[in-house]
Amino acid sequence: MLSFLGKRLLQLVPTLFFVSVIIFLLQHLLPGDPALVMAGEEKDPQVIEEVRRQYHLDQPIPIQYVYWVSGVLRGDLGESLRIKQPVLDLVLQKLPVTIQLATMAMAIALVIGVAAGVVAAVKKDSAWDYAANAFALWGISTPNFWLGIMLIFLFSVRLGWLPASGYVPLSEDWRASLAATIMPAFVLGNAIAAILMRHTRSAMLSVLESDYVRTARAKGLPERTVILKHAMRNALTPVITLGALELGTLLSGAVLTEQIFSIPGFGKLIVDAVFNRDYAVVQGVVLVTATIYIVLNLLADIAYVLVNPRLRT
Amino acid sequence: MADTTGELLSLAADTSDSPRARALRRLARRKAALVGLCLIALFTALALLAPLIAPYDPAAQSWATVRKPPSLAHWLGTDEVGRDVLSRLVWGARASLMAGCISIAIAVSIGVPLGMLAGYVGGAIDALVSRITDAMLAIPFLILAIALAAFLGPSLGNAMIAIGVSTAPIFVRLTRAQVVTVKVEDYIEGARAVGNPPWRIAIVHILPNILPALLVQATLSIAAAIIAEASLSFLGLGQQPPAPSWGSMLNAAQRFLASAPWMAIWPGLAIFLTVLSFNLVGDGLRDALDPRRQ
Repeated sequence: MLSFLGKRLLQLVPTLFFVSVIIFLLQHLLPGDPALVMAGEEKDPQVIEEVRRQYHLDQPIPIQYVYWVSGVLRGDLGESLRIKQPVLDLVLQKLPVTIQLATMAMAIALVIGVAAGVVAAVKKDSAWDYAANAFALWGISTPNFWLGIMLIFLFSVRLGWLPASGYVPLSEDWRASLAATIMPAFVLGNAIAAILMRHTRSAMLSVLESDYVRTARAKGLPERTVILKHAMRNALTPVITLGALELGTLLSGAVLTEQIFSIPGFGKLIVDAVFNRDYAVVQGVVLVTATIYIVLNLLADIAYVLVNPRLRT
Repeated sequence: MADTTGELLSLAADTSDSPRARALRRLARRKAALVGLCLIALFTALALLAPLIAPYDPAAQSWATVRKPPSLAHWLGTDEVGRDVLSRLVWGARASLMAGCISIAIAVSIGVPLGMLAGYVGGAIDALVSRITDAMLAIPFLILAIALAAFLGPSLGNAMIAIGVSTAPIFVRLTRAQVVTVKVEDYIEGARAVGNPPWRIAIVHILPNILPALLVQATLSIAAAIIAEASLSFLGLGQQPPAPSWGSMLNAAQRFLASAPWMAIWPGLAIFLTVLSFNLVGDGLRDALDPRRQ
């Protein structure tokens, strides 16, 4: 296990290095003088010179990268040119909002996806199976921003049951917080539920044909016990770890969902930064997102090895 | 009995034809894939014949017809500046299909050669390409596309480049994995033994054998690229107004949900149906090209 962990951690080093290079090089895609573009509407030569000095844009590109990455390693992701705040502070302010949304979305996805997948596998080739497959196809084909708009139309505009936008922190008023986040969480969880349903169905089908399930049935155990206690427990292990890998979909989806529902999270931060041409924030958000994604992938791998004794050696 | 005989005859016919003919026959048996193909043909016809089909100029504004509900004059209603929604939808098909196909063409032309190089040559080149691919895959797809589109500047062309570059790592990884499997086959050893240069082996002997997997991935990726283009246009990073795009139509629509819901329903439905059709064809192709999935 320790050697696996060591090997896996070692593999992270080049990945993180190249992630940092890609994100650093983004600013060199800007047409013209990056200092001029990064200063935005500010045309004061002194400000432009300050930007050039702050980002070491007068130095060769490899030197600029060394300055940038050494700052990142010290927790300095630069400063927002618009809000005049350190990017890390902005990220840390917005992160809890997106974490709440993502957690709710993943819970919704797990409940819907796993239930639909188990039913589809147990009732293979029945109307239930076709309905679950149709749901999966619908889930992966529906643009989440359209689903969000349609839900707002139905539940906010027509029925008036839920707020169309805004966010209330959980600590302030948990009921209002849930009311504000349930629609965006469903929108985010919908596509992942579809993917989890496909994984669960396929894992359950393979487990249901295995010898130990046949033995459990031969022992005369009720079908409910065979499915819930014997089959599901084994089928869900890979599904849950695969679910962790869907975090990328979740973070991508959060960008649009937070925009539609005006939720002041991570996704809205990057979109606002794009429109304010606040490139340091864009870089910072992409870097933090990629790091979170890499760390969660690592944790998913470790969890997979931990629950599979055969892989531990 | 009749069914069994039919299956046996079909199996006999299957084994006597070329793999391509067998795959096509298997695809033709999949009703969902055929529905998907018909929908793609319909949307392609709409996109190509937009100037002939669209009843109005998609950019023509009319203050007399602002946010009018569907009627005989405007079948799908009008938008916030009186433009005909049906005409914009028909013209929007061009942007969506073009973005889907061109961005995946960009992804394939970057990803396949790099994947072949990494898989065939191996060693340090493989390690370098694979690590860069891992790094790009570590950045969530849409976030990378948004960041690239933001730095390149908002336009449909830049959105296609951003989506293409963000999708390329998937093709690098898939191609590399396929090449690593195929290059140890006997017929490749044979081609090498008779003195074929590496580029010829890669293009003439390896590429045709990995095409089915690439074709399936490309079809499914077009679906994802269409959603990505709509997302970027929704955020204002894709097609720029007044040119029509389904994503930007949805962006405008969300401000008028209470008074003009039709502005949101039709473009969303168009995106959904187009993406669904590519997903149906992709799933069908995957099953048809891989007999083990039967």
